[in-house]
Amino acid sequence: MKHLLVSGHRGCAGCCDAMATKFTLMGAGEDCIVVSPTGCLEVMTTPFPETSWNVPWIHSLFENAAAVASGIEAALKAMGKKGNTKVVAIGGDGATMDIGLQAISGAFERGHDFTYVCIDNEAYMNTGVQRSSGTPFNASTTTSPAGKVSFGNQRPKKNMPAIIAAHGSPYVATTSLAYGKDMIAKVKKATETPGPTYVHCHAPCTTGWGFDTSKTVEVARMAVKTGLWPLFEMENGEITKVRKIGTPSPVEDYLKMQSRFKHLFSKEGGAEEIAKIQAIADKNIEQYGL
Amino acid sequence: MVTKGKLEMEKMVVVEGSYAVAHAVKVCRPNVISAYPITPQTHIVEGLSQFIADGEIQNCEYINVESEFSALSALVGSSAVGARCYSATTSQGLELMHEVLFNVSGMRMPIVMTVVNRAVSAPINIWNDHQDAISQRDTGWIQLYAEDLQEAADMTAQAFKIAEDEEVLMPVMVCMDGFILSHVYEPVVLLEQELTDEYLPTYKPLNILDPKKPMSFGTLADPNYYTEFRYLQQKAMENALKKIEDAANEFYDMFGRYYGGLTDKYQTGDADIILVAMGSIVGTIKDTIDKLRQKGVKVGLLKVRSFRPFPAEAIKEAIKDAKVVAVLDKNISLGLNEGALFTEIKSCLYNTENRVPVVGYMIGHGGRDIRMSTIENIISEAQEVMESGIRKESQFTDVREEIL
Repeated sequence: MKHLLVSGHRGCAGCCDAMATKFTLMGAGEDCIVVSPTGCLEVMTTPFPETSWNVPWIHSLFENAAAVASGIEAALKAMGKKGNTKVVAIGGDGATMDIGLQAISGAFERGHDFTYVCIDNEAYMNTGVQRSSGTPFNASTTTSPAGKVSFGNQRPKKNMPAIIAAHGSPYVATTSLAYGKDMIAKVKKATETPGPTYVHCHAPCTTGWGFDTSKTVEVARMAVKTGLWPLFEMENGEITKVRKIGTPSPVEDYLKMQSRFKHLFSKEGGAEEIAKIQAIADKNIEQYGL
Repeated sequence: MVTKGKLEMEKMVVVEGSYAVAHAVKVCRPNVISAYPITPQTHIVEGLSQFIADGEIQNCEYINVESEFSALSALVGSSAVGARCYSATTSQGLELMHEVLFNVSGMRMPIVMTVVNRAVSAPINIWNDHQDAISQRDTGWIQLYAEDLQEAADMTAQAFKIAEDEEVLMPVMVCMDGFILSHVYEPVVLLEQELTDEYLPTYKPLNILDPKKPMSFGTLADPNYYTEFRYLQQKAMENALKKIEDAANEFYDMFGRYYGGLTDKYQTGDADIILVAMGSIVGTIKDTIDKLRQKGVKVGLLKVRSFRPFPAEAIKEAIKDAKVVAVLDKNISLGLNEGALFTEIKSCLYNTENRVPVVGYMIGHGGRDIRMSTIENIISEAQEVMESGIRKESQFTDVREEIL
């Protein structure tokens, strides 16, 4: 198969962006146009005059990928050139859940035929691991650091798939880097479903989360196995498919793999905080029937 | 305006300025229109929406975006796949677009946007001045200013021609004064479709996003490359100087109407005093000149159509024999106490032999009415400058001292 994102880019060893993008392009196929907001992916794949992209690709700004994608789709329609060409936006959690949310809301409400893929590595990694609304509860980041009186980020992750589903999107799915085939199939389904569709990929970042570069997939898998990252599909607002996890792993198994949670194991009161995270996983397990 | 013979009266219709512009956009055959409603731009986009609803613009999508930021962002995508793109905005909407404006220019996208000039908040004010567009001076957009309805409409077709020229490929703002032009009804000739098709051929982009020939747009340029991108933008602006003149001349040949190229001159031939201004104030100044000429005052007007690229040579040439130059600006650089046109005209004279005194007047902020009597005062002060030198270099006009 032709590689649509070629090697030689400047991603870190074990980079989640490169993996998630490869899976996305394997699902979307060659006949697509990709929009990237500002972020690691854009920086590492397109240092002028080089590019890693074997599909047409555009980066405009940080907060407007969905608007740019909607303009591409509208123009292709207007000029009678849409055909089977898929329009795919690929953005990080900051670009998606924070600064780009308004443009995404607009594009989904207007019903453009495109797919938005969020590569969620749970903080602003390109600028040095600052907190985003995708940062999970009690994670230490450079702007929500653990300290003498803090266990790190004190808010739970924003539920982005639910926000998109509330826009009436015909297809919303969550994916994980540990389940590549699942992600490829979901992106394929998303891009083949007419209208605005959404794929949210949980994507462990080796530098931002603090784990060995060989462990990206293992960390991703443990997030799913604990119930902290449920894998599901939603069609027209209803959950239609859920990946069962069998006997869940305790959240400690996931947390202890990453230095962003290490304070939970060294600080007084850490056990109570871990229990709160376990409660989040337990709630997911119950809510999604994992 | 210069016309070939008389304006064809039988072709004239009385329409609102916004309709004349919307109609001009229609006959330019855009592929994508993306806009967000904001007073006083709304009548333009309402007009275009009605044309779309009535099936009068073929091969065109109108995107009802959720903000001005997305209005222009959507056009980045549309332009990248080769669409002819149009938007319209004003004031707060234009300021919200600020980041995207740089991006469009840097990506060399020939998008045309009408800016219906309005003051900026705070205090909130929906009436006309030029602070909105002037504040976007350095974003890399060509900025043209229209004097009246007919020029605002005709300038739209010229703007697409200039923007899409392969030696330019820069976005263009067509600036027209809010309410004064956008909401006024006047007789105009609506652009004819056949003539416009001849004047403005189908847009043929050099590079597009195409799965059959993948390219990357909007890449990261490090210090080894960034300078050259900026340099080429400047070169494109320089190329536009001639293209703006060409577009005006070609328009005259085809449609028989001419408003000047980069600038236009009115009664400057023997003028001791030359006023310089942009936009609808030009009409008031011309009337005032007509009145004072009858009294023997040697006064003329230099109308600036192109603020960016800045027509330094044309301006220097036009004012070379003046004894005093008075520049009228509907904007201010706070902390400098000067309007932009005034500052730049002074600047372009500095390294020349011409030591003509130049004075600046900031006028018409937030829609403050500009009367002929005010213009007459400015001219009479200019006469004093001629006789006894500059006393006040740059000043606010018509400040109501009693409410300060």
